[in-house]
Amino acid sequence: MIDPYQSHKRRQTIYGWLLLSPALIMLTAFAFYPTIATVWTSLFSRGTRKRPSEFVGLENYRSLFEDPTFWLVVENNLWYAGVTIPASIIIALVMALWANGKIPARSFVRSAYFTPTVLPMIAAGNLWLFFYTPGFGVLDQIGGLFGLPSVNWLGQPDTALWAVCAVTVWKEAGFFMIFYLAALQTIPPDLKEAADIEGASRWTYTWRVVLPLLMPTTLFVLVNAMINSVKLIDHLFILTKGGPSDASMLLLYYIWENAFAFFDAPIAAATTILVLIVLSLVAAVQFRFIDRRTHYR
Amino acid sequence: MTGSYVAFDGITRRWDGKGGVHDISLSVAEGSFVSILGPSGCGKSTLLRLLAGLERPSAGAIHIAGRDVTHLPASQRGLSMVFQSYALFPHLTVRENILFGMKVRRVPRPRREAKLAEALEMMGLEGLEKRKPAALSGGQRQRVALARAVVSGHPLCLMDEPLSNLDAKLRNSVRRDIKALQRNLGLTVIYVTHDQAEAMSLSDQIVLMQDSKIVQTGRPEELYDRPNSVFAAEFIGDPPMAILDGAVLGLETGDQVGIRPEHISLAEPDAADLVARVAACEYLGAETRVILAHPKARGLAVALPGQNNLQIGQEVALGLPQEHRVLFRAAAGAAEKDPRSIAGRASPNSRPVIAERHLQPSS
Repeated sequence: MIDPYQSHKRRQTIYGWLLLSPALIMLTAFAFYPTIATVWTSLFSRGTRKRPSEFVGLENYRSLFEDPTFWLVVENNLWYAGVTIPASIIIALVMALWANGKIPARSFVRSAYFTPTVLPMIAAGNLWLFFYTPGFGVLDQIGGLFGLPSVNWLGQPDTALWAVCAVTVWKEAGFFMIFYLAALQTIPPDLKEAADIEGASRWTYTWRVVLPLLMPTTLFVLVNAMINSVKLIDHLFILTKGGPSDASMLLLYYIWENAFAFFDAPIAAATTILVLIVLSLVAAVQFRFIDRRTHYR
Repeated sequence: MTGSYVAFDGITRRWDGKGGVHDISLSVAEGSFVSILGPSGCGKSTLLRLLAGLERPSAGAIHIAGRDVTHLPASQRGLSMVFQSYALFPHLTVRENILFGMKVRRVPRPRREAKLAEALEMMGLEGLEKRKPAALSGGQRQRVALARAVVSGHPLCLMDEPLSNLDAKLRNSVRRDIKALQRNLGLTVIYVTHDQAEAMSLSDQIVLMQDSKIVQTGRPEELYDRPNSVFAAEFIGDPPMAILDGAVLGLETGDQVGIRPEHISLAEPDAADLVARVAACEYLGAETRVILAHPKARGLAVALPGQNNLQIGQEVALGLPQEHRVLFRAAAGAAEKDPRSIAGRASPNSRPVIAERHLQPSS
């Protein structure tokens, strides 16, 4: 005997699971399972032909923490994030404010700003390699005009990381500008007129009205910039490969190198887990605190 | 130009030779409520924006309180403005919205707070200080916008269709609020609207515009009783003035005669000035508006008390009293500034003899 209510309820349940399943399958296959597998891998020793891998607990993490290279990489990545996040956001904002104004050849300016975003990172890396190359690179040629000595931007530990940062900022700013530009165009022009009549200067208007109204965009861009500061390492393959002497080594490149150049999967897995924990914490803090102070329309 | 507080002198602002305003001269007395009235696209908002300093004229000069402000920025013109969209800052609370201008102008805090409290009380906004515009109703937003204009303390306030986003009931109450505000504070208000009823009920003076030009300027009753053009006659009043082809009343072809529907009455068939057919009856409670059709007239209607039983298609005889007829000469038809009222006595054969009042030499 079939209870019609029960069968209806069951059908609803199946319907719900069916709706859920595509996302669930995708996320499980490509996010949840790899995460768990990575945690699992990080708890085993590196297996060799003579000594198969065995469970070592947190041993991999301990050796990471004792490795000065790891701390150098962490420091590098913090500098990398600390420079590229604010720099690309501020430049994006300034460019957007400018490109949103009544300037000649506005659409040309906009698309010019956007060009770096369209270029693949590897192509951008090659382009900048040409800028940085000592001797006949563009930077050196310009410097030469003013009698400055040749600088091997990518080849010396003092400048390599900053040279890499510059490429990232150049690459990201145009992308973020598009978001700011879109947000700026949703601000009704009569707010500017009302502020003008009240006697607000352009500066006051920007600080008191435009920037607060752009906060949701800033939050979005900030999260993206933060993710990119860990994720965006393609240009390292072209420019420095993390060198010289790990001066421009970033976390993700370090993980890649451990996993696929040195074939030390457990150490790579342990590093990945640490990055994952830190990123989750930062994202949670960002959404919790900044979200509360943001005005959404 | 004594007695004029705001003066436009040959102001022109056009876009590729179209739209905007063309050669506008106008003077506004201090403390008066002036409506700029016209259909959309007639240039009325442009005129207001030129006065506010949000647009620059390509020719002409603007004076406020005897000062040439033609090239001054908006902030130095000593005026406030209420926008159609209210232009409240969405991320600021009611309190911060109202204080915005005073903070910008660095008004000292005690004075700021006093003015804020005063404005909140005047506009009935107490208790809403901490709300953001999104949490307010349309009428409340409107009042915040008014409060923001009031606290500026400027004697000149510009309003750009401030009621057009409100529903009909609210519109009437805010309309009265605006009028009271203007009177109590002695403000000079320049009010742009496309709604003739608003303009009629609020204004000391109406400036009627069409196609970038001023058609007629005057007190509401002047525009109502003595429109200087068919356009003015049909734009002002609800229902608008009925317009008849002059030939029907024995005038030259091309001349037109206007008469307010409230002056039209039913007449005995042998004393009728005009015979028309009933097109529709609108029962309005106290009266019934009978819409009439005549091949040589438009806008004909007559109001009859109570309910009545006229049949659609029935012929009715109408009396069009001479003293309420307004003649529009053919040459003057569109927008000539030649008011010609006509009055006279009907001759026995019902062919009216037109006597012209306010007669000026015809061109």
